[in-house]
Amino acid sequence: MEFGFTTAAYVVAAVLFILSLGGLSNQESAKRAVWYGIVGMALAVFATLVGPGSGLWLLSLLLIAGGGLIGQYVAQRVQMTEMPQLVAAMHSLVGLAAVFVGFNAHFEIGNVAQVMAIADSAKEADLSDLGAFAKLIAKKTSAELAILHVELFLGIFIGAITFTGSVVAYGKLAGKVTSAATKLPGGHALNAAAAGLSLICLVWYTSSGGFFPLFLMTLAALFIGYHLIMGIGGADMPVVVSMLNSYSGWAAAAIGFSLGNDLLIVVGALVGSSGAILSYIMCKAMNRHFVSVILGGFGGPQGEQMAVEGEQIAIEADGVATALNDADSVIIIPGYGMAVAQAQQSVSELVRKLRAKGKNVRFAIHPVAGRLPGHMNVLLAEAKVPYDIVLEMDEINDDFPETDVAIVIGSNDIVNPAAQEDPNSPIAGMPVLECWKAKQVFVSKRGQGTGYSGIENPLFFKENTRMFYGDAKQSLDKLLPMID
Amino acid sequence: MKIGTPREIYDGENRVAMTPDSALQLQKLGYECLIEKGAGAAAGFSDASYEAAGVEVVKTAAALWKSADIVAKVRQPNEAELKRLTKGKTLISFFNPAGNEEGMEAAKSKGANVIAMEMVPRISRAQKMDALSSMANIAGYRAVIEAGNNFGRFFTGQVTAAGKVPPAKVLIVGAGVAGLAAIGTSTSLGAITYAFDVRPEVAEQVESMGAEFVYLDFEEDQQDGAATGGYASVQSEEFRNAQLAKFRELAPEMDIVITTALIPNREAPELWTKDMVEAMKPGSVIVDLAAEKGGNCKLTVADEKIVTDNGVTIIGYTDFPSRMAAQSSSLYATNIRHMMSDLTPEKDGQINHDMEDDVIRGATVTFEGDITFPPPPPKVQAIAAQKKPEVKELTPEEKKAQEIAAFKAQTKQQFTLLGVGGALMLLVGLIAPASFMQHFIVFVLAIFVGFQVIWGVAHSLHTPLMAITNAISSIIIVGALMQIGSGSFLVILLAALSVFMAGINIFGGFLVTRRMLAMFQKS
Repeated sequence: MEFGFTTAAYVVAAVLFILSLGGLSNQESAKRAVWYGIVGMALAVFATLVGPGSGLWLLSLLLIAGGGLIGQYVAQRVQMTEMPQLVAAMHSLVGLAAVFVGFNAHFEIGNVAQVMAIADSAKEADLSDLGAFAKLIAKKTSAELAILHVELFLGIFIGAITFTGSVVAYGKLAGKVTSAATKLPGGHALNAAAAGLSLICLVWYTSSGGFFPLFLMTLAALFIGYHLIMGIGGADMPVVVSMLNSYSGWAAAAIGFSLGNDLLIVVGALVGSSGAILSYIMCKAMNRHFVSVILGGFGGPQGEQMAVEGEQIAIEADGVATALNDADSVIIIPGYGMAVAQAQQSVSELVRKLRAKGKNVRFAIHPVAGRLPGHMNVLLAEAKVPYDIVLEMDEINDDFPETDVAIVIGSNDIVNPAAQEDPNSPIAGMPVLECWKAKQVFVSKRGQGTGYSGIENPLFFKENTRMFYGDAKQSLDKLLPMID
Repeated sequence: MKIGTPREIYDGENRVAMTPDSALQLQKLGYECLIEKGAGAAAGFSDASYEAAGVEVVKTAAALWKSADIVAKVRQPNEAELKRLTKGKTLISFFNPAGNEEGMEAAKSKGANVIAMEMVPRISRAQKMDALSSMANIAGYRAVIEAGNNFGRFFTGQVTAAGKVPPAKVLIVGAGVAGLAAIGTSTSLGAITYAFDVRPEVAEQVESMGAEFVYLDFEEDQQDGAATGGYASVQSEEFRNAQLAKFRELAPEMDIVITTALIPNREAPELWTKDMVEAMKPGSVIVDLAAEKGGNCKLTVADEKIVTDNGVTIIGYTDFPSRMAAQSSSLYATNIRHMMSDLTPEKDGQINHDMEDDVIRGATVTFEGDITFPPPPPKVQAIAAQKKPEVKELTPEEKKAQEIAAFKAQTKQQFTLLGVGGALMLLVGLIAPASFMQHFIVFVLAIFVGFQVIWGVAHSLHTPLMAITNAISSIIIVGALMQIGSGSFLVILLAALSVFMAGINIFGGFLVTRRMLAMFQKS
């Protein structure tokens, strides 16, 4: 009876989760979709508490409430520009939880074996003081136990990679760890060795069932997570974050297998595929292969890169203001630099002023702008920029030739014409926003240096490009009073 | 070498091919200049002014033709003049080679080299010697002045104490050089100016001159002006009808109509028909710049001004440039001078008739005893060709074939994937126990659902998507809750930690998602 209720609740929860993800297809239904997710989660936790997980109720509730308070605090305090860090940090928690639950599963197997060894047969064994999970284990045959070993091994492995990987990603995104790609001597050979070690541990573990191989593998996996993400540069972070998102899902699914819990499997698979698709979209937007992103760094230029001719011509705020006052159509291309300078409010104010004068102002968002998929959209939404003037690359790229002014705020590689013009460029073939086709281009940029990827950008040297140097927020604040 | 200019024999021709100014420039190229007595008089250049510029004034035409190695003149030479050519002499003049077979034969038999000024190709480099354009410019200007002279009212609209004057409405047909010059003159006089041309690409030029381009409601492949060297070509019957219908509609409103439509080497097309003339208001003026080639209006009488029964004046003069002889002579003389400087690259007073040069080759009609007309097409296109669409439109059959091929490839790919996947699945099923397989089915189905659902997620909502998947991946809390009831302390501790962390994630993830989504607002 009780278990029937639990399963029914799980089915409903699973449906609600699917609806919740599906609801994100547009902004309005998304607001409803979150509620589906919340109800689904509440239902799942409640059903587990009254059903199979009925031990230590009070402790469980207290812990959830405690965690919830912290979560709430963080969610309310976090700056929208810090979203990438937050997402990475939360992934690490899921990863660590997966490791712990996996360990527990291992210990339970040991405990059950002990109890069973004392009693003569499984039927007589007194499992009443062990948890619900132990009862499940006790029913398993030896073949099922072997499978169980593999499952929890995988769960721990993926969970451990997710944990350290996310911690490193968090550090990089928060600026606490250098964002450049760094590797220990030995490079990917070290990763391969650690992976090989894990494989040996798997064989060892399934045959012996001891804790030591499991522990050794955990260390190896933690190392892989750390070293793999350390070797990936800041510009590739959107892929990394969505990949870790995917991993946290697969870890949950693997744990679901070992616990025999279908809800975990379903949700894990949903999250896993979601992250995988996001990674795929990001890679496609950068025209890079997933493997080459994961292995870190750009795959070295194949030949001489085109020399950039001309010079970067600077312009002051009044020049930009004049051009904007004369323009009929304006496209703004924000990038990570806007997030760093916290300039989204100023951008929004600029857009409000220009739109009030009847100008056609739109935003062009490259899929990998920022450090997280969709990062720019969230920032602009925070600054109250209406989402119907925020367009994707494919929607707006053809409109540049008819545009009077394009303003590039803190983006670099995503507006680099070398991707189309120079077959030897490291980003050759990457789809880019063709802002140089606009009649005039202003680039707001801190200095003359190259961006994250270190690739020279011929856009800055084009005849119709003017460089508007300075911190994006300060530059825009200087510009605002001059727009009349 | 000596370059000489005789007096124009043609009746009423006032222009002269050399001015004192151009003579100075020619002397810098190393030439000696000769001029027949009184040649510049009609254009306002006295013999004294030529002499002052260092030009030798020759008494008779015969003497001039005899002593000059190069003869520059304006009008097509007549028989008597052609007889004066000798071997090695070069004649630079309008020559009308397409309609002057005998002239070319005569020049050929004499062994003279003839450069026809109307044959200068229309390329950027040759603009400085394009006499047709410089003469057309004058004709266009003069056409408006001539029309104004015969038009009883103001061009510009005025509100005066003595009453209100409506502005004149001027229609210019054909926006070539003459047409554009006429547009410029007409708009600067204050008239409301309309212009029409069969080449839609000139609409921009027309509008830049301040006139309104008359568009036709006609859909056909627009002709590419580049294919015909920037000149208009013959139109289809349907196009012509649409054009005439438009003109018929405009005729009653127009005060002045200036037609400049010419097609190279053809009779002028009839664009302003009799009924249009009849529809016009009395006092209106038509200036037909195509009169020499038969006229764009069939009522036009070449070289004459007539008034129709309904009081419409039709001007058919063919000598507009000659009517402004001082201006047109100085422009034409400059064109000749530029031609000479191209013929004398060394500036040594010796002609280097380079038949490899596109411009010189194009303009030369007889050379060293050969007729070299018509010239081969120039290597450089007159104006940039219109950009052809890059992707060729596929025929429906090709499209269908492509679709079928793509579909087949897709089917093949799917079959392969299904086959491999199915085989793997069977393999797993052979080893794994049934309880695992049950979960496995759920897993695979969930992945499928996940893929289908996530593709539909809006691009701008990817960050909320990550936050929400983060929150729901904390479903791992269910696992921890199942374990927390264990008897072992270590298990309880780890499970408790997991519950705690998952708790952070659930609340943090959902709340931050809600916060983000609340920010997305429509304008």
